[in-house]
Amino acid sequence: MRATTRTTLAVLGAFALALPACGEAGEDDESGGPEVEVVENPEFPEGSQMAEYADAGEITIGVKKDQPGIGFQGAGDEVPTGFDIELGKYIAGQLGIPEDSITWEETISDNREPFLQQDRVDLVLASYSITPERQAIVGQMGPYYITGQQLLVREEDAEDITGVDDVKGVEVCSVTGSTSLEQIEAEGGVGRGFDTYSECVEQVRSGAIDAMTTDGAILLGYEAETPDELQVVGDEFSEERYGVGYFPADDTDFCNFLRDSVQQAIDDGYWADAFEATLGESGIDTPEPPTMDECL
Amino acid sequence: MDVLFEEWRQIVDGFWETVQLLVLSGLIATVIGTLLAAMRVAPVRMMNAIGTSYVNVFRNTPLVVLFILVVFGLPELDIQYTFFEKAIIALSVYTAAFVCEAVRSGINTVAAGQAEAARSIGMTFTQTLGRVVLPQAFRAVVPPLASVYIALTKNTSVAAGFGVTEATATLSALLNNDPQAAFALFFGIGLGYVLIVAVISTGSHLLERRWAASR
Repeated sequence: MRATTRTTLAVLGAFALALPACGEAGEDDESGGPEVEVVENPEFPEGSQMAEYADAGEITIGVKKDQPGIGFQGAGDEVPTGFDIELGKYIAGQLGIPEDSITWEETISDNREPFLQQDRVDLVLASYSITPERQAIVGQMGPYYITGQQLLVREEDAEDITGVDDVKGVEVCSVTGSTSLEQIEAEGGVGRGFDTYSECVEQVRSGAIDAMTTDGAILLGYEAETPDELQVVGDEFSEERYGVGYFPADDTDFCNFLRDSVQQAIDDGYWADAFEATLGESGIDTPEPPTMDECL
Repeated sequence: MDVLFEEWRQIVDGFWETVQLLVLSGLIATVIGTLLAAMRVAPVRMMNAIGTSYVNVFRNTPLVVLFILVVFGLPELDIQYTFFEKAIIALSVYTAAFVCEAVRSGINTVAAGQAEAARSIGMTFTQTLGRVVLPQAFRAVVPPLASVYIALTKNTSVAAGFGVTEATATLSALLNNDPQAAFALFFGIGLGYVLIVAVISTGSHLLERRWAASR
């Protein structure tokens, strides 16, 4: 008996030793994203927001943590992964801030504006669709990615629900209070709100609900997780233009800096590499990068 | 503030759902809770044990956990209910434990002599409880029961995250559409809850006064 305990302890000890080693070895593969270039000692006008972050040498970015492909952090992961995350790293790199000096703060749909206003986050890259209502209180630079609302159904239902025309009277879930939910109700579906996307997708898997709806990019991430169980169906029936959130809204210099950074990411191929490593995993082709709006 | 007037239809719909959740689960919880309280004071060991275990389990389980069990667990067992019904189940089962304890405390306020007198003239346990003890007990439990219902009113908002479009879910939706109106929306929705709670506490005051006079 004692020997068994000792063996167990030895095995556990070996695991404990092996674990951190694993983490280190796997670090590069973990994010899977392209290499980020960190600009050394970048020059910014004094007093600008860029100078503030560059001098501090750290930045807090608000991201989603429950959307595979966009911004996702599993239990036990130290840092989130996804397209928004990769782009965040690039922007931070332009400020001379390396990856490990970025704080990833989770921002859910309800708190993106207050978090920016209260300075709890410096930037928001969280599948943040650009809308005039939001632009009235915070800045939104973009679009850096354009997607649209689609439907995710169980594989065996893919013949019955082929697109948005088939949702009349069907229970469709999304996140409580989201625009997608409102949109699907306008299309005649019965909206069911949940706290997170993962709870919603679980309802579809278990058969309690027939379809899930939100931006196609997010749905593709879930399909990629279990391709023989779930399927994205139909065409996009809305246009969501993802933007980078910043504050205050009238900081044109900061907006231009963000625009230039993202433009550079598009031009030097980083944008496409990041897409392939994240959303592209679900098998979709890398789209043409969008043309961004001018900063006002 | 305009947003409250523009979106009044949606807000009223949300609160209608909240009120339905409140009334239905409140009624079910009161019935189950009273039965449980009866079990806890019954002269049968087995019943005591059941009543006590129920209270210990459900009073100590966070409501969200109960919701997760009901909403995610039942479909796994192939038991299909609508999300509204599932919310009612979770809320009733949870609140019943609190109702039970409130009613039991009321039963304890009724002098033992009352029950003894009833038994000595030949009333059964059920008769004693139903005709002598409980009517007096309910009088004493009006204020604590009102607190339970007020807590329930606020607890209905948990359903927002589980497929029920009640007032809090409506708030979330409106907030997402118009973040600028955050204060107006919080104020408006908060006021709605305050109104519901005001109705409950006024009702409880009236009952308390009426029954006090008849004593």
